[in-house]
Amino acid sequence: MNNELIQSCGDELYQAMVNRQAIRPLTERFPNISVEDAYQISLRMLELRLAAGESIIGKKIGVTSKAVQDMLNVHQPDFGYLTDKMAFSQGEEMPISQLLMQPRAEGEIAFILKKDLMGPGVTNADVLAATDCVMPCFEVVDSRIENWEIKIQDTVADNASCGLFILGDQAISPTKVDLATCGMVVEKNGSVISTGAGAAALGSPVNCVAWLANTLGHFGIPLKAGEVILSGSLVPLVPVKAGDHMSLSIGGIGNASVRFV
Amino acid sequence: MENTNKLTKAQIDELATYCEDAELKQQEIIKVTDKYPEMTYRDAFDVQWEVRRRKVARGHKIVGMKMGLTSWAKMAQMGVEQPCYGYLADYFSVPEGGEIKMDELIHPKIEAEIAFVTKAPLKGPGIHIGDVLRATDFIIPAVEVIDSRYKDFKFDLKSVIADNSSSSRFITGGRMARLEDVDVKNLGVVMEINGEIVATGAGAAVLGHPAASVAMLANMMGERGEEIPAGTFIMTGGITAAVTVNRGDSINIRYQDLGSITAKFV
Repeated sequence: MNNELIQSCGDELYQAMVNRQAIRPLTERFPNISVEDAYQISLRMLELRLAAGESIIGKKIGVTSKAVQDMLNVHQPDFGYLTDKMAFSQGEEMPISQLLMQPRAEGEIAFILKKDLMGPGVTNADVLAATDCVMPCFEVVDSRIENWEIKIQDTVADNASCGLFILGDQAISPTKVDLATCGMVVEKNGSVISTGAGAAALGSPVNCVAWLANTLGHFGIPLKAGEVILSGSLVPLVPVKAGDHMSLSIGGIGNASVRFV
Repeated sequence: MENTNKLTKAQIDELATYCEDAELKQQEIIKVTDKYPEMTYRDAFDVQWEVRRRKVARGHKIVGMKMGLTSWAKMAQMGVEQPCYGYLADYFSVPEGGEIKMDELIHPKIEAEIAFVTKAPLKGPGIHIGDVLRATDFIIPAVEVIDSRYKDFKFDLKSVIADNSSSSRFITGGRMARLEDVDVKNLGVVMEINGEIVATGAGAAVLGHPAASVAMLANMMGERGEEIPAGTFIMTGGITAAVTVNRGDSINIRYQDLGSITAKFV
């Protein structure tokens, strides 16, 4: 793809987000689009968000479960950027009916870094040493592509289908919990709808963060101290709508809950 | 569940032989409700208890109980509002790190579970989670090998009950823990077959809390006037989906803070 096309796709996705008007898949119109092109498009979309006053506070890793990888026929995760406008706090209502189009919630472990991580060569040990704390997190993903008809290039271009997120109140040192075996229980409107454990994300959420540090390292981009890194869902995604209430608990870490309006 | 019989003692005995032969000779069978569509839950449990009586009469020891169908989703799928139970006979037990012989089974699947060991008797009706927590000595990881004797897994709940709720082998190991030291509801498990992660889950997958499963067992057994004696080992039901295993597979199931269980299918 040439720069002009990349820019226009980025513009189109940004407008789709702002106007809450989903678009046809990029891969349908540009069958030759590469994953590299898609990341360039996502950067254009990000540039517009920053120009509108948002600031980067972290990154998210997506496509971390085997089920989703098989569905998209890829064998690696993807990533997107988190901005301040996406973050919500415990007790706040999340206005998905105003801000999102086709929201789906997923339960994750968030990493808060205390040191920069710069790939390549970042190991799991480096990730743990650079992690200040881990926190329970709901990520509400959304797609600017109609009906979630995404191929990997579509979701990458669309900032890894990032929507909004909410962190729980507890922050635990990574030395206090086994991140591969910690269990997650997700409840929606009072019923347990799914359970999982840390290993559901690439064998361990720590692997996901190491992958991201190493992948970004190729572009000379570090994960920075103070950033929030969402490490990938441990349970299947579930569609949500205004009026729904969800809570999750993670063994040894804590709880998060969210009310959608 | 209705507490009356529609079958005669002779018919119960006939089904007991039918179901136990299937287990002992690794023969797939057609569901018992095809033979006796009128049979009740009471009849189905009578078949299970008759086979159990025969095993004990032959010198086997009953070493524990198991709960099955303990996820709300599975119950809804089968259109029932209660799980089911079965017993564990001495020869079902496989040592941690041991071998499970495929020749002795039909089409086994494995489930990761939490087992409770009691220190006081529990007798329903009216048993709730609080009673269970007070009566629990410790919990310990367990893996159940289920092996429905029904052809192509075609069964209904009554047939499963008559077939001892698909019970066939179990392994227990890892680290025991007192309930006050672990968060059983959020306790995570990771199941690996040949080094590949095939399933994950957490305690709440079992009726919202595995102790609720023990309470249901006490109440269901109470309907027959039976109690769960002190010292009973109880497998509370699958935290993960049941996963098919094949000859040559090595399994490794990791439990949050409670170690792991390994075994090999030969």
